Amino acid sequence: MKIITFNIAMICYLLASLEYFIYLVYRKPGVSVLATSTVMVGLLSHTAIIALRSQETGHGPYTTSFEVAVFLSWLVVVVYCFTHWRYKIKDLGSFVIPVAFLILLYATFLSKEIVDFPESEFRVLLTLHRTLSVIGFAAFAIAFGLGVMYLIQEKQVKSKKLGMMYFRMPSLESLDNLIYKAVAVGFPLFTLGFLTGAIWNIKMSQASLFSLDLVAIWPLVIGWVLYGLVFFGRYRMGWRGKKIAQASVIGFVTVILSILLHV
Amino acid sequence: MAESNLIIVGVNHKTTPVELREKLAFTKGSIEESTEKLVGFPEIDENLIISTCNRVEIYARVNDVDKGIDRLKKFICDFHMIPYNMLDKHFYAFREEETVQHLFRVSASLDSMVVGESQILGQVKDAYSLARSLQTTGLILNQLFEKAFNVAKKIREETGIAESAVSISSAAVELARKIFEDLENHTVMLVGTGEMAELAAKHLISYGVKTVYVASRTYERATALAKTLNGSALDFEHFKTELHKADIIISSTAAPKFIIDKEMVQAAIHERKNRPMFFIDIAVPRDIEPEVNDLENVYLYDIDDLQSVVNANLQEREKEAELAMGIIQTEVGKFNNWVDSLDAIPTIVELRKRAEAVRVQEIQKTLRKMTHLSDEDKDNLHLMTSSIINKILHKPTLNLKKKTQTTEGRTYLKAIRDLFHLDD
Repeated sequence: MKIITFNIAMICYLLASLEYFIYLVYRKPGVSVLATSTVMVGLLSHTAIIALRSQETGHGPYTTSFEVAVFLSWLVVVVYCFTHWRYKIKDLGSFVIPVAFLILLYATFLSKEIVDFPESEFRVLLTLHRTLSVIGFAAFAIAFGLGVMYLIQEKQVKSKKLGMMYFRMPSLESLDNLIYKAVAVGFPLFTLGFLTGAIWNIKMSQASLFSLDLVAIWPLVIGWVLYGLVFFGRYRMGWRGKKIAQASVIGFVTVILSILLHV
Repeated sequence: MAESNLIIVGVNHKTTPVELREKLAFTKGSIEESTEKLVGFPEIDENLIISTCNRVEIYARVNDVDKGIDRLKKFICDFHMIPYNMLDKHFYAFREEETVQHLFRVSASLDSMVVGESQILGQVKDAYSLARSLQTTGLILNQLFEKAFNVAKKIREETGIAESAVSISSAAVELARKIFEDLENHTVMLVGTGEMAELAAKHLISYGVKTVYVASRTYERATALAKTLNGSALDFEHFKTELHKADIIISSTAAPKFIIDKEMVQAAIHERKNRPMFFIDIAVPRDIEPEVNDLENVYLYDIDDLQSVVNANLQEREKEAELAMGIIQTEVGKFNNWVDSLDAIPTIVELRKRAEAVRVQEIQKTLRKMTHLSDEDKDNLHLMTSSIINKILHKPTLNLKKKTQTTEGRTYLKAIRDLFHLDD
């Protein structure tokens, strides 16, 4: 049952990615609706995986790497659906749904063994850490998709070679505004997640903040600084346009890296 | 295959010079007069006239295609009092499904001087509603034109035929709309009062731009243009200090050297906290230093850049037109099927099939309940129900065949098809 729902979700995201891509290139009407419906079917079975797994483990989906990856991918899709419904950015799916698919694909290689939630008086910290980070991550995934779209559009307008994508992509300013909004949601949540994680770590190991494994967290720090610049720099330093698009793409890569090293 | 007996005779910008076209144009009044005359000809059953500055066309359903075409050609010559031999070589005429294809091409703007322009569809719609009000169209032309509007809409939605800008000023506006979210809250500054700059500004205003500044070396000209654009005039020396307030700058002065340089723009963009700026330089020689385009969040297009955008877009439209032709071929096929369906035989066959299906379904339901019946009884029931159906359909079948020999035949067929949902 779990395997089936897992496969359905993964196949749906793969299909939806292809459909979004077909829509992006060929603009066949109906394909876009089909893609969104495919995402919805995927999301339904994805939700079922999480529910079934939680029922089995007796806790939320954030204990093993496998659970975190499934949860991460799920939230990316949920946040995507919200953005799609609220802002109607036509081709965002082509850039975000593949991310959700790849995370699920990655999850297939992880151990699906059930592990008990670490017993501790600070377990609420761990729950908070993982949930907040994952929501922040989902918002960053949206910012990443938007950032890629921005960079494509910016390149076309700047170089004066207006190809197909020029007509497809929304305006630079609207992408810029949305990237900022996504980071403005993601950054505080991610920061809180980071802090709760650090505190939990200290409490658990009785160590100081500085004993954190720097190798594991350096990409995270870079990403965090980049998102921080986007978050604080907009009005003070004029961090807009291409800069924040690049930051949201690079930031996302570093966050993914740090997750691979960390989880 | 059934014949639609549709024809079209006309002239357009490709076949006929403007000096001749203008003599052939129909006004609304003369269309009323002409269609009335056309109705009087025995070979013409339905007719409709389209007259625009690029084309004059008469669509008709006739009872003899060749005679009909001759009749329409002569009619156009006689009506405008132009000798037939002078016009004959300019006419084009299509028959049957070529007519359908031609109208689909015209209303989807594939036959226009600028492919994809949007005016023609409105003009065809106007011509159609005029014809409807004069009652010169009937079942076939009505269906043809309604279909043409659907096809045009479909092509507009499914291909990029009308997507891209094909004039300098519309290309500039299109770029502005790809840079800025909505033009309403943005500010345009005109530096110089060139005609094309004015045109582009008007275009931008029509997309919602509210704030307009005009700067010119002659203050009077700036004031005059500012007045027509509902904006405010700036002292020429002043525009440099105000530059940061503008999102879109259109420059068209006669200055021999650059009047806006990189340094100036850098200061402005810094002042604006990197909110994007779009410079349109339509002056020759150019007004704006090209290196301005190297600045982040600044976009500069000169007249050549815009022209190459327009050229690329025109090429793009040609490509999209091929896609559109594919759609048209399919839709012409569908229209032919509809015409075929107006033939009596297929309709009768379908009607009988429908009745038979209901009969079989119902009798099976009944027989399932009456398990005590012998095979002979069952056969009798089958026979009886079949003969009920035959008797009920006998008269309508005969009458329908008879009616289709007359001019009202297609109305009857359509009624039958609609009443029994045969087209579902």
